[in-house]
Amino acid sequence: MATPEYAPPAPPGALRSPAGTRANGGPPEIAVHGLRDRPRGWTAWLTTTDHKKIGLLYIYTTFLFFIMGGVEALLMRLQLAHANNTLLEPHTYNALLTLHGSTMIFLFVVPVLLGFGNYLVPLMIGARDMAFPRLNALSYWLFLFGGIAFYASIFFTPPSAGWTSYAPLSDNAFLPDGGIDAWIFMIHLTGLSSLLGAINFTATIHNMRAKGMSWGRMPLFVWTILITSYLLILALPVVAAAVTMLLTDRHFGTAFFDNTGGGDPLLWQHLFWFFGHPEVYIMALPAFGMISEVLPVFARKPIFGYKAIAASTAGIAFVSMLVWAHHMFPTPVPEVVLAFFMLSSFAVAVPTGVKIFNWLATLWRGSIVFKTPLFFAAGFLATFVIGGISGVILAIFPVDWYFNDTYFVVAHLHYVLFGGSVFGIFAGVYYWFPKMSGRMLSEGLGKTSFWLMFIGFHGTFLVQHSLGLEGMPRRIYWYPPHGNWQTLNLISTIGSFILATGVLVTVVNVLLSLRSGRKAGNDPWQANTLEWFAQSPPPENNFDIVPRIRSVEPMKDIRRDVARRTGRSAETVSQPVTTGAT
Amino acid sequence: MAIRERGGPTQARGYNPAALRAARFSRIPSAAPLAAPGALCVAVLGAICVVLIAAPAAWGDALTPEYSPSRNANDIHTLYVTSLAIGAVIFLLVEGVLITSLIRYRRRRGGAEPAQIRGNTPLEVGWTVGAVAILVVLAGITFAYLSDVTTPQRSSASGLNAGTEVAALHQPAVPGGHSLQIHVNGQQYIWRFDYPGAQQVFSYHDMYVPVGTTVTLKITSSDVAHSWWIPKLGGKADAIPGHTNDTWFRVDKPGRLNGQCAELCGENHADMRATVIALPPDQFRLWMARQAADIRQSQALLSLARRIRGQGP
Repeated sequence: MATPEYAPPAPPGALRSPAGTRANGGPPEIAVHGLRDRPRGWTAWLTTTDHKKIGLLYIYTTFLFFIMGGVEALLMRLQLAHANNTLLEPHTYNALLTLHGSTMIFLFVVPVLLGFGNYLVPLMIGARDMAFPRLNALSYWLFLFGGIAFYASIFFTPPSAGWTSYAPLSDNAFLPDGGIDAWIFMIHLTGLSSLLGAINFTATIHNMRAKGMSWGRMPLFVWTILITSYLLILALPVVAAAVTMLLTDRHFGTAFFDNTGGGDPLLWQHLFWFFGHPEVYIMALPAFGMISEVLPVFARKPIFGYKAIAASTAGIAFVSMLVWAHHMFPTPVPEVVLAFFMLSSFAVAVPTGVKIFNWLATLWRGSIVFKTPLFFAAGFLATFVIGGISGVILAIFPVDWYFNDTYFVVAHLHYVLFGGSVFGIFAGVYYWFPKMSGRMLSEGLGKTSFWLMFIGFHGTFLVQHSLGLEGMPRRIYWYPPHGNWQTLNLISTIGSFILATGVLVTVVNVLLSLRSGRKAGNDPWQANTLEWFAQSPPPENNFDIVPRIRSVEPMKDIRRDVARRTGRSAETVSQPVTTGAT
Repeated sequence: MAIRERGGPTQARGYNPAALRAARFSRIPSAAPLAAPGALCVAVLGAICVVLIAAPAAWGDALTPEYSPSRNANDIHTLYVTSLAIGAVIFLLVEGVLITSLIRYRRRRGGAEPAQIRGNTPLEVGWTVGAVAILVVLAGITFAYLSDVTTPQRSSASGLNAGTEVAALHQPAVPGGHSLQIHVNGQQYIWRFDYPGAQQVFSYHDMYVPVGTTVTLKITSSDVAHSWWIPKLGGKADAIPGHTNDTWFRVDKPGRLNGQCAELCGENHADMRATVIALPPDQFRLWMARQAADIRQSQALLSLARRIRGQGP
């Protein structure tokens, strides 16, 4: 490489370098790691606008919320372990189910994926930072305070209308306490956070890709983040409007959702699910992207059908805007509407199926390396397909009339969101931890964690299909000894504790490896995408130089290039790269 | 290039040999070299076994919805079983390919680099079309059963003969035969049932119906959203304030059928139960008469009490 392909313009006054850098009056040939004095210690984390620090803040914070949501789930499972159990009061149980659902969706899965996006997107596209670094910091702090405002309610009256907060139950006539208001405030703050984040991602991905990185050479994870951002921009204003209407219904005398005042409770359900179903894909698509990054690296084979996977991401996103009423099949809606939403929900299954087949074809005839990220990716495939099939069954609206609001739906949504998104996220954690920390996670602990989580997950949720089939509705705080309910619930509770142990093992693994993990090097997996070109962890400016992108697997090109020039196989290339000119 | 480096590596240029060494896959200790894929397969197979063998053996109802005695419940059951069968084929296909790949194509020492296949357009078009075709078939089956689920069936000959209780209400939805229409009202945390007829009979919690008679329900709520559901009688219908929802059922054998509210409706949602009690038509008439008498009596007592306390008219 005779000349660096990319030399970022130096911000005036920021570059602390001796005179002579601009020897020929042109732009500096090379940018260095540290551009300015940074605050040290914990203040660095408060004032940072570095996308990597913000990404890590997101990931750490969301994992704290994940653990809180998990503890809430375990408490519910304890209550349901036995018929006629009296461990929890009904209002406590309703508060727990609301906290659990809202936490996992608004404070864990969505923001953790945006956190990974924050960390990885600029690195993957060869940019120095997000397009709007300060806006990025604002996104994180809005999210954090949304979470704090929400959890502050547990010291007063926590919300207890479910994560869906159906009107009129969520109206002040029925739940006059501040919990629902805390929930509304959390939706507003995290919604604004995600909206600003989505705008930032869109601007970054559209404008800041490395030279040569055309749309067809963009990493699939970046594709999913881009499309997720579009979904967020389309869906979030609707829920923001809906919760604002709920707020004015509660406190300012309006009656948007109150039929006695001329409003309509069904309006809430339509508005909420118009946002809520795209939200499901907002939680799923970036995890799909992670799987699409992990599988080819560990199959030592390019992703099968790159274009089909990118296109199916866009297809899922488009159709996901048209399926919301499948959450409302038992409500009084004309049959023709039900039929439309059944067919549109079927339609989502096609691009989703295409993805699954492409992932399988990526593994087929590969040379599969059994590292922890692959375990989680394979576990994702094995599990997610069950959630996909039960999703199609639930889309058949007469069948949904039976299953709606039963444990069958609880099982389905956890197969999609835990078996899908969370296994994807864990694959991502094990895959990118070396890049983020510079150290390897323990394989032994990682595999232990996977097995506990995999067995625990199926133990918890497989039997919940049967509970739904036997007629157990969701969100009930007790049940009488009826049929097999007690046995199945006990199995589910035992499974949930195995699952929690598995998560705990990963937490321990991360804490141990941060302290004493083996040094990772830049590219421990011989990966394909550009983030592995940077150091681990990457310096503040990410790259000294950014190579011209010639394919969808730039690291492969670089390794081949190096091998050709130096005559020996180069399994990794480290930054900074010599420019040859010096 | 004398630019101050902050936080940069000491390894300033060239290829980092330490990273190189660490980078090789062979260098990363393989904790469970060949046991791992085997164990993964065992787990997946185990999951399949739990679904296919253990569950039906241990609990007969665990794989299928509760069903009978109503036709709509039977049709929902049939639709579910059909879609489950199609789903099971896809499930076995996907898990089979996954497990086969994990076993057959695991990395072997000294193995050749795998062929760098990037796609196969006919194959990809094939499985897309295949997925569409399966869903078209599924949609066809659904529409074939749909009218049986949604259109109330005729009352049987042994059903309640249309008496005054029924004649007062129009039942255009029921083809030909007679039926009984009950208004259902969800309230935190109890169900109220209003029966047709001049006697204005109502009951709470227990819905009495005559066997062999198609019962159509008009469902609403007077406070928050509830959901009417008796699992053995098929699908549920949400009770939404300001809306009226419809469903129907026909029970052909006397007995008790239990259910409960299926939409989170507040603190005591779990206690909002309902029972449908099916009686032979003559006993049903008796019950109606007795209930009417009970209601009249308690209303009389109430108005007497009010008069005594000086509150009455």
